[in-house]
Amino acid sequence: MEAIGVLMTYPTSTYLEQQLDKRFNLFRLWNVSQKTEFFKQNAGSIRAVVGNANIGADRELIDSLPALEIVSSYSVGLDKVDLGYCKEKGIRVTNTPDVLTEDVADLAIGLILATLRQICECDRYVRNGLWKKGDFKLTTKFSGKKVGIIGLGRIGTAIAKRAEAFNCPISYYSRSEKPGSKYKYFPSVVELASDCQILIVACPLTEETRHIINREVIDALGPKGFLINIGRGPHVDERELVSALVEGRIAGAGLDVFENEPHVPEELFGLDNVVLLPHVGSGTVETRNAMADLVIGNLEAYFNNKPLITPVV
Amino acid sequence: MADLVQSTDNSHLPVAIIHRAPNFKFSSSWATDIFTPIEPSDPLYPTHRPSARVIIVMALTPLKSEHLDLYPSVECVIGTTAGVDHIDLAECRRRNIRVTSAGDAFSEDGADYAVGLLIDVLRRFSAADRYVRAGLWPVKGDYPLGSKLGGKRVGIIGLGSIGTLVAKRLEPFGCTIAYSSRNRKSQLPYVFYSNVLDLATNSDTLIVCCSLTDKTHHIINSDVLTALGNRGIIVNIGRGGLVDEKELVKFLVEGKLGGAGLDVYENEPEVPKELFTMDNVVLSPHRAILTPEAFEGVREVMVGNLKAFFSNKPLLSEVNLSD
Repeated sequence: MEAIGVLMTYPTSTYLEQQLDKRFNLFRLWNVSQKTEFFKQNAGSIRAVVGNANIGADRELIDSLPALEIVSSYSVGLDKVDLGYCKEKGIRVTNTPDVLTEDVADLAIGLILATLRQICECDRYVRNGLWKKGDFKLTTKFSGKKVGIIGLGRIGTAIAKRAEAFNCPISYYSRSEKPGSKYKYFPSVVELASDCQILIVACPLTEETRHIINREVIDALGPKGFLINIGRGPHVDERELVSALVEGRIAGAGLDVFENEPHVPEELFGLDNVVLLPHVGSGTVETRNAMADLVIGNLEAYFNNKPLITPVV
Repeated sequence: MADLVQSTDNSHLPVAIIHRAPNFKFSSSWATDIFTPIEPSDPLYPTHRPSARVIIVMALTPLKSEHLDLYPSVECVIGTTAGVDHIDLAECRRRNIRVTSAGDAFSEDGADYAVGLLIDVLRRFSAADRYVRAGLWPVKGDYPLGSKLGGKRVGIIGLGSIGTLVAKRLEPFGCTIAYSSRNRKSQLPYVFYSNVLDLATNSDTLIVCCSLTDKTHHIINSDVLTALGNRGIIVNIGRGGLVDEKELVKFLVEGKLGGAGLDVYENEPEVPKELFTMDNVVLSPHRAILTPEAFEGVREVMVGNLKAFFSNKPLLSEVNLSD
């Protein structure tokens, strides 16, 4: 299989890179300075793209690779892959669901605790020598608070299961109500935000869900409400969120994703009621290895004419 | 500021001595129909001191033999914190004085915080948040990977009201729970180890939730840290004295321990400076149980205990002095 050209779009995992390099003729997009020249030389042999949450396979890239047959994404989110175009051109697409569900759900709960109980701020307080001058203030209790989840898929369900152990009443918004679900359904995000105290974004990013957290939702969440975003940056109207936080119109936010990563609005840096993480949702050694194995597994299955493990298209 | 002197005559209400450190702000407006608070600065103190039956200990103000000597008629000490190691329990037992604690009022917050500290250490929240705020994400790229919580073997030291809630919270994360406690709790489905060393040998993480007594002082020592291993994590929301702090720091400095989440220290507010530069350590200034909701709960427990005592009913959260 060493003759098969695979284009990796982003230097996300040394392990993945090594595994791809062992099996295929690996091209690294981040090392390409002259794109036109590169595609002229190599496009004919590139049959697979390995993308991630930063760079996937948009229409432009797909058009540059006439021999492309499969896109295997090192992520579960596919907002950076032009799925419609892939389907049109008969290009297969796989992602990495399930293996990262637990890590992302753990992160959501961790973000709630870190934001409400100001754990990171406490750590800063101690490291800055402020404890000797006086005690840190009281923080907000998590157990028993109403949790609202946008998107009750694999990740949303895993978050709900964890929050239940903290005695939190769970409600959700989804495109359609889930029959048999024990959680309370709200037919709109605004209604969900009005009712809950901790609002969590856990749905895929699509045309419909872009800026699903807008001014109206933020107002409905209110000055005692907290926003947790473990989805994608564009789920949230970031400018509205920043002004709401700076003006105290919501109580706080725990954010793992941003509209223009790796850039984070600097107005947030001085706030003590936010936790800012650099997109680490699936960022554990164990999970990233499992994701890499799944990417490799899908590619090997494809090129051996076996059924794909986690196909989306 | 504290405003204790009641201008109205509450002499029909039973008296309770307020035992507090001078800088502790206190208001008893919540209890004006239950008892008359009296403290040393009160003009009525000399009248009530010899006959007072109840002492309320505010926060962690030490209550020692010399204080008890001042109140020959005291029968009940009302504690207002989760831990009661600042109260001389042996002396209380000797003098037949009953002691109450805050009971379960703080337990949920304590358990929440322990889980929060554990996730922070494993997934490096505090370190990553620092990284972002320092503007390093665009400059240095992605933050290094953390460690998955699922599948970790968690050992809880002290399966009391807080420890039980910690276990319940960690179950859906896919952790295996085991514990060491004074008594086996056979109604709970977790594996029991009769000593902490065995627990440590079979755990990836130890969460310290037990009370500080003579028997549990330095229960986390170098043997336990060695048994836990160089990828092991310690979370302490109990008392600083439960951990041999000097050894802990040494293990962390030498890379012989994976990380630590600490809310308490041996000599608060002093925190070993070696820890300030570590990314695998999360430092908290003794806040695990401090939320407004918890204080509401403590007030309820205090009122409940006072009412029970003054009407000769069983106390709500009596501390067992017979260990």
